[in-house]
Amino acid sequence: MIASLIRLVTGAQARWIGCIPEARQRIYFANHASNLDGPTIWASLPDALRARTRPIAARDYWDAGPLRRRLAKDVFHAVLISRAKITAENNPMRDMEAALAEGASLILFPEGTRTVDDDAGMNPFKPGLWHLAKRHPEVQLVPVHLENLNRILPKGEILLVPLLAAVTFGEPIALGEAEDKQAFLERARAAVAALSAAADA
Amino acid sequence: MMGISVGIAAVGGGILVILLIASIIGAILARTARSERGRATVANLNARVRAWWLMCIVVFAAVIAGPTTTTILFALLSFLALREFITLTPTRRSDHHTLFWAFFVVVPLQYWFVAMPWFGMLSIFIPVWVFLFVSIRGTLSGDHRDYLERTAKIQWGLMICVYCVSHIPALLSLEIPGYAGRNAELVLFLVAVAQLSDVFQYVWGKLLGRRKIAPHLSPNKTWEGFIGGVATATGVGAALWWMTPFTPTVAAGMALGITLMGFAGGIVMSAIKRDAGVKDFGATIAGHGGILDRIDSLCFSAPVLFHLVRFYYTP
Repeated sequence: MIASLIRLVTGAQARWIGCIPEARQRIYFANHASNLDGPTIWASLPDALRARTRPIAARDYWDAGPLRRRLAKDVFHAVLISRAKITAENNPMRDMEAALAEGASLILFPEGTRTVDDDAGMNPFKPGLWHLAKRHPEVQLVPVHLENLNRILPKGEILLVPLLAAVTFGEPIALGEAEDKQAFLERARAAVAALSAAADA
Repeated sequence: MMGISVGIAAVGGGILVILLIASIIGAILARTARSERGRATVANLNARVRAWWLMCIVVFAAVIAGPTTTTILFALLSFLALREFITLTPTRRSDHHTLFWAFFVVVPLQYWFVAMPWFGMLSIFIPVWVFLFVSIRGTLSGDHRDYLERTAKIQWGLMICVYCVSHIPALLSLEIPGYAGRNAELVLFLVAVAQLSDVFQYVWGKLLGRRKIAPHLSPNKTWEGFIGGVATATGVGAALWWMTPFTPTVAAGMALGITLMGFAGGIVMSAIKRDAGVKDFGATIAGHGGILDRIDSLCFSAPVLFHLVRFYYTP
């Protein structure tokens, strides 16, 4: 029901242009501009996949206040990670890997934070995606591009403007045999960016 | 309050028969179409017919339910049309608050003035008050980039999607001597003539279309479709004079005005879409593009009909 509500508010239409919605373990990685990003990708998945897919979300936002905590925990089943200083017992990778070990698919925003500027492109990707790709080669990596969510609920706003969002799922990528971290992260970022042009075509 | 009058029942019955025939023809064509292109055309035609069923049922249900429901229905249409319009026109982050006002304050207020009805206010609210407000609110964000363009986009979105569309339910409140309690029939007259004109232009264009009217703006529009569609819809309008406050001649004139303004609305909307680099405003109604693609002809004809009737037919 919450998923239908999110689809109604964001008008999100899922476009699968590089793969089909399949019941296999995946990491969906996307550009990030709005707090609605995670919920929107989650809501645009078919029911069966949605039940097994968990957004990775920032603890400092989603753990603040009872409503957000409730939504993150009971509705989206989000994996909450800390963005503060990383310590041995507070390593976000551990929680993400635990979720993968349980067989869940993940929704990840490798930029780490939301893009603010209208004209700037995506921020550089953080290395988490590379670590996951290296340690879990069996998990498929699906680039996802989100359109217009930055206009529906931009960073720093609490008022929603009900425009129509688009969610585009692209062709999965895989980590090359000898590919180094920087090259892979750059390629992953380009794969998301390319969907922006594909979505317009 | 309105209930079903003879006029509404007759038009409803007529449209029901037309839709039934269209559905039957569509089903036969779907069985007989052989070529790949033929199949695609028939599938598109059938999707249009299905969408017509849905739209006719919704509009009739609203008209029968009374003026308040009709006004709410059109308010909702305005909201959704504005959503399609703004989605396609690039705005900047600094427009966020202005847009929030547009969706959640301007739309309800305009339809509130329609429901009251406060003719003076509904006529000037958006062109005067909101035009000034949008330009002022836009400066408060401190972002001057593309200022005039951004402001104009929001103003025009409101003008087309909200101001123009709101004149359709505003017809319900006109006090026309000798026509009391029948205003819903005037709304149906407008909607039927404008939409049938679209259909007839499509059909005549498919049958005879050769010479393009505006190849750069709307490649599917042809002179043959235009003339055939306008003539047929004007004839239908004249034949429906009994459900209007007009004589048959005036009804033909009004129908001609509605179809010409509707055609102009379609061309203007095509120009806006081409400018934004898309073919359809959205995919809200299957086979029809967006809501805005369906009501573009009503947008321009509704205010004209409203003011003509108000000027010549109300005391």
